[in-house]
Amino acid sequence: MAVTPIEQLGKDALRAKGFVGAYKWLILRRITQVAIIGLFIAGPIGGIWILKGNLAGSWLFETVPMVEPFVFLQMLAAGMFGFLATTVVGVAIVVAFYALVGGRAYCAWVCPVNIITDAAAWARRKLGITQSAKISPQTRYWLLAGALVVAAVTGQLAYELVNPVSIIHRELIYGMGAAGGLVAAGIFLFDLLIAKHGWCSHVCPMGALYSIIGSVATVRVATPNRSQCDDCMECFEVCPEPKILPPALKQGMRQGLPARVTSSLCTRCGRCIDICSKDVFAFDLLTLGKASSAKPEDSAGKEEKRELKKAS
Amino acid sequence: MAGNGKKMDRRRFLINLARTVGGVSLLALGVGIHARSAKAVPPEYIRPPGALDEEKFLSACIRCGICVRDCPYDILKLAELGSDHPATGTPYFVARTGPCEMCEDIPCIPNCPTNALDHSLKDITKARMGLAVLIDQETCIAFLGLRCEVCYNVCPLRGKAITLEFQPNKRSGRHALFIPVVHSDHCTGCGLCEKACILEREAIKVLPIRLAKGELGHHYRLGWKEKAKRGGSLVNPDKPHEFNLPEGVKYDYETGRVYRAEEAVDKLGKSTRGGKALKEGVQGPSPTPSEKMPGTSNPLDVLNRGLQEAK
Repeated sequence: MAVTPIEQLGKDALRAKGFVGAYKWLILRRITQVAIIGLFIAGPIGGIWILKGNLAGSWLFETVPMVEPFVFLQMLAAGMFGFLATTVVGVAIVVAFYALVGGRAYCAWVCPVNIITDAAAWARRKLGITQSAKISPQTRYWLLAGALVVAAVTGQLAYELVNPVSIIHRELIYGMGAAGGLVAAGIFLFDLLIAKHGWCSHVCPMGALYSIIGSVATVRVATPNRSQCDDCMECFEVCPEPKILPPALKQGMRQGLPARVTSSLCTRCGRCIDICSKDVFAFDLLTLGKASSAKPEDSAGKEEKRELKKAS
Repeated sequence: MAGNGKKMDRRRFLINLARTVGGVSLLALGVGIHARSAKAVPPEYIRPPGALDEEKFLSACIRCGICVRDCPYDILKLAELGSDHPATGTPYFVARTGPCEMCEDIPCIPNCPTNALDHSLKDITKARMGLAVLIDQETCIAFLGLRCEVCYNVCPLRGKAITLEFQPNKRSGRHALFIPVVHSDHCTGCGLCEKACILEREAIKVLPIRLAKGELGHHYRLGWKEKAKRGGSLVNPDKPHEFNLPEGVKYDYETGRVYRAEEAVDKLGKSTRGGKALKEGVQGPSPTPSEKMPGTSNPLDVLNRGLQEAK
């Protein structure tokens, strides 16, 4: 079958699986994202203190501390070692959770900016915008290092002064000001007009850190029915990290690679699962031993990519 | 051909790498410069109690806003993006609109997950959020001769952090001014005085300590304090000061009184009991009618009067 034209995107899946089947994970993700914001606001508004604080630092049920690993790294880089045991416990809890579930699950299921960048990607398709500035996807790792260097040089959490993710999230929870709206608009326009999946898949250092944290994660997108793939390319269109898909699909099958997405860049957004009318994809739970063996598979994926490049 | 392609590949790779690293460095430089310029909090914004020194605070506060949630009076806010605010996302309050109520259990501190608000602060009176300064003596109505004392009365450490000092009202010549005076060893900078000031714009303001306080040269030693510490003079043994006074008149440097020599029998300090003070307005035996004289603003008159009587 030929590549699905962009106007027909998702129509197959709708026909084959119905609305719920074709949007299940997307709906679940939106519910989760909004619910997390809701839980942070339920305290001050309704007196229901399930989550207190924000994603940078919070208390679950006023007993379990959670601290964002990125701000913690910046703290260390800035030379602040006067933190509490609570701080370390909070970081450990967050890191352990995302290491287990899949680091970038944060990006697709928790981060509020995802709603904005998804909207931009949707608007891109609707408006037929295809041109995109070439930004290296490695930029985020460089920016992660840069944020830590700036913290070390200035002795403060300097990147947090401008971090759009924390600004947008904070403004949502503590009252939307003009600044938060402007930053949100900026991210939207950047993704819409400048680069496709520009922020989340190329620039954001938080996503970079979570991809590192999640390199042994147990929740993976598997491709049990990859032999059914009809090359419609719809998953490539919706995936925020399309470069990670080939090793899990037919090309990987030819190479004898495992039938799952092995890259830690996968956000577990599940859009590929939803959009595929042939049910090629499904979430899979690996045992820990199997998950930790993902490393060599990753490098195998890289070799594969190199070969692909040579071939093309 | 293949070799050429490889060369081109490497070249493209290097160019792309340089582009990425260059872009990121530029961004980082911008952030760094912005961070440097935002290092001090603008004076109208005050950090919550227990906040570390600003420099340390900016490296410890993760901008989670838990203190904002825990403040029972909802005075704390998180700073918005912008250079006229404290660092983005950090907590502050504005005394004039919402001062710190100085809760005894300091609920904003214990849930702070990083110790940016110092958990060792258990006594709110030890907090130093800033320092109240009666900054405008031209509009403060106490200086205009009116009874106000509102700042003094709302002060949670009334009588310690703010006291009232009486001064003669020189304008009327017969009234007192009740001047509020802030003492930095007790003022926590809560801002309740600033909030309560009855003026259109407050005459008493909480300022960051860096603006409100001077700092003595570190090599300075206050002679009288060193002396008290040692229990006596550090250089020569104490000796009564010799004043160059007219004959027959002595001056007690401890009580600041002037005596006729013959009445100051033994030690000068003890002479207050028996001796007659010459200076006007000091207590002692009630003055004889001859000593009573109309008030004069020239202290020399007083001295001269004593001298004439002594003769």
